[in-house]
Amino acid sequence: MGLLNGYLVLGVLLFGIGLLGFIIRRNLIMMLISVEIMLNAVNIKLVALSHFMQDLKGQVMTLFVMASAAGAVAIGLIILLMVYRNKGTVDVEKYDLLRED
Amino acid sequence: MSVVRILFFYFAFVILLSAFMGLRQRSPVKALLWILLLFVHIGGLYLLLNAEVLAFLQIIIYAGAILVLYLIMLLILDVREEERSMLYLKNWQSRIWAGLLVSFFFILGSLTFVNKHRGEHTLDKLKEVGPSKILGRLLFEDFTFPLIILAFLLLVPLLGIGLLFVKRRQDGSA
Repeated sequence: MGLLNGYLVLGVLLFGIGLLGFIIRRNLIMMLISVEIMLNAVNIKLVALSHFMQDLKGQVMTLFVMASAAGAVAIGLIILLMVYRNKGTVDVEKYDLLRED
Repeated sequence: MSVVRILFFYFAFVILLSAFMGLRQRSPVKALLWILLLFVHIGGLYLLLNAEVLAFLQIIIYAGAILVLYLIMLLILDVREEERSMLYLKNWQSRIWAGLLVSFFFILGSLTFVNKHRGEHTLDKLKEVGPSKILGRLLFEDFTFPLIILAFLLLVPLLGIGLLFVKRRQDGSA
């Protein structure tokens, strides 16, 4: 029972790092990687709770999160590639087509 | 101090360090190598938690497939090191409000957490049946419908890849 708090705190800290990276970095690839880190933080929490509560539904949920994350990454990278064809950059500060001058 | 505890603190330290170092690198390739270290150590953490199937899936899917996808995208895109730009939240009031909002959700989650639930998958049952068999039975008997929906969801990236090769004509039609 003892280490459950350690796993939960680790998940919160990792989620915070991912959120900070998503806010601070301006490179679209690094923003997608930050999303991956946040998903992994949630996965750690799910597997830890599944172990300490003796219920395997958390592991099944983690499996679903992994599969949908793979799909999301493929979609995100396709969108990135198509935007890069139009704008020639991955810096999100340069994506200002809807901005009012 | 038991071996499990020492291993947990080692994995936790390396996970936090590599996440931090990975997100502060300016070159995307170096960042991806740090993230690779992060994913492999998360797999080790799953081994500590008796989730052997998930540990190997973590290494196969995340370190093997997703990270290679990012690296191929970097090869295609010719991304140079990004210029240092302005921070996102510029004044300190909005930073404080954003921090308060995030910590509000964390505190709300920890207050409503009930640690009373005990499922039927005890350690003895895991040892008796085997971890992958018990996970597979749960997946294909209790969660069949979500699994089918997930399989349809994975068709969508295929359509997206097809979209990449559609050339747009001059009058705007595809």
